[in-house]
Amino acid sequence: MRLLVSLVCALPLAAFAQDAKKEIEKYQQMLGEGSPAELWEVQGEELWKKPQGPKKASLERCDLGLGPGKVAGAYARLPRYFKDTDKVQDLESRLVSCMTELQGRSPKEATQRVFGNADRPAEMEYLVAYIVGQSRGHKMAVPNSHPKERAAYELGKKVFFYRAGTWDFSCASCHGETDKRIRMQDLPVLSEREGAQKAYTTWPAYRVSNSQLKTMQWRINDCYRQMRYPEPEFASEATIALTHFMAVTANGAPYRGPGTKR
Amino acid sequence: MSGPMKMRATLAAGYTDVRVLMTHPMTTAQSNQPLHFIQSVTVKQNGRTVVEAQISQAVSRNPVFTFRLKGGAKGDKIEVSWLDNKGESNKIEASVA
Amino acid sequence: MRVLTFALALAAPLALAEPSARHVEEIHVRDFHTKGIVKREAVAQDGILRICTITNDRPPAALAQVLEADQLKTIPFPAGSLMGDWKRGENIAQSGRGMTWTDPAGTPNGGSCYNCHQLAAKEISFGTLGPTLLAFGKKRGSGADVQKYVYGKIYNAKAYNACSQMPRLGWSGTLTEQQIRDLVAYLLDPASPVNQ
Repeated sequence: MRLLVSLVCALPLAAFAQDAKKEIEKYQQMLGEGSPAELWEVQGEELWKKPQGPKKASLERCDLGLGPGKVAGAYARLPRYFKDTDKVQDLESRLVSCMTELQGRSPKEATQRVFGNADRPAEMEYLVAYIVGQSRGHKMAVPNSHPKERAAYELGKKVFFYRAGTWDFSCASCHGETDKRIRMQDLPVLSEREGAQKAYTTWPAYRVSNSQLKTMQWRINDCYRQMRYPEPEFASEATIALTHFMAVTANGAPYRGPGTKR
Repeated sequence: MSGPMKMRATLAAGYTDVRVLMTHPMTTAQSNQPLHFIQSVTVKQNGRTVVEAQISQAVSRNPVFTFRLKGGAKGDKIEVSWLDNKGESNKIEASVA
Repeated sequence: MRVLTFALALAAPLALAEPSARHVEEIHVRDFHTKGIVKREAVAQDGILRICTITNDRPPAALAQVLEADQLKTIPFPAGSLMGDWKRGENIAQSGRGMTWTDPAGTPNGGSCYNCHQLAAKEISFGTLGPTLLAFGKKRGSGADVQKYVYGKIYNAKAYNACSQMPRLGWSGTLTEQQIRDLVAYLLDPASPVNQ
């Protein structure tokens, strides 16, 4: 009798959880059809074209991997190896390179405020929104053939499974098994194709609850914060390697961003 | 002082789908800052007012408005404007695609 | 021929491209920095985490037993009853506060239990990273042995499962002795919502 009762009680909860999931999917579909992220793209394009720094130059000659000024589809091929800096770079670090090289700005000034807030977004956030928007619909084709790209991939994989911090977490602690969630937030398995393709193609994203556009560097930064780690250096080798590992794992899927999240 | 707006107006079977993105802090009485929110939104179709909306602090920052207008034709001029409690305003115009 | 072999030998590490465990740890220590209450040192690994990382969280059984026995030694079981107040325990289980670089020093930490576990039936906002703890006390009673197990598990989960994903909440200084007692009560007290 007791067993019957507990089964009956379990059903409404399961049904409720399913309804909640449907509503969340509906909400996400609505967000995908019109998002404040597009306003960030508009302002990002203006900043891309704005002459700045001691050299009074815009970023329009910036090489994001497809040649100077070629923006369409560039994000779907990042991170990648760059000859001029002799290293694998993600979008954010490449923008910093262009700010210093083309505009003559100091690295310190260019990275002074990379994460903004709702009242005052950061320049980096606007630029990132614009660039990633120009890869909308492009198939992810992140290169992984140059020795340094391969090294970044292998390092990124190690970083993903590295257990440390006050609470002994690795990325895999949460993102290592399918159909798991933290509270009510579903967790994609980022080290495998299906999960990486689902998640990586909708970041960077506008976060409705914060009214801000959040970049990939921010996403990694805030993961580590919640993992009870110390803070990673902005655009460090570890974070770029991790990004490269996840991006390569997502290859083949169309990039959809910038996304819109809860 | 107003941030950018963006609008898409597309023709469907018998109606026009309009989607407007607005930049606005929509600061409410819940925050410690002075109230600053959009109070009215006006939609004009070919110069004629078709929607007059009174909106409140319940709307979140950077509002997204999606609505349908009966009928419409390709090339119709849609204009969306807003006015906030401080007297600031912004507007955007687009042709129906 | 000798030159070719030599060149191939040099090229081999690059071709493999897989960094050593030590190199990975060095990169972490270099690329992370102290912020707020979290020290840079937290990103270095202790012995057990080094082994767990190298073995993909699946160390051989004999080694796991040794590691677990070691971790068990770190647990200071309080004398007397290990049952605290389940009402306080519920708040601790719900709270996700503490131990991040944005948390001010001195604020009471939570256990973040609901992040990973189901506990009381009425709470539908629960994670599934850990097993459900629904009716935990109802199924096991609240005798001294069970109390000890629960206390120990919360203080240092790795004493019972060497590469457990569960944080060592007592050992890391996240929860106090009293807080853990309160969580023991939340799980075992017949009056607790967990057991309704």
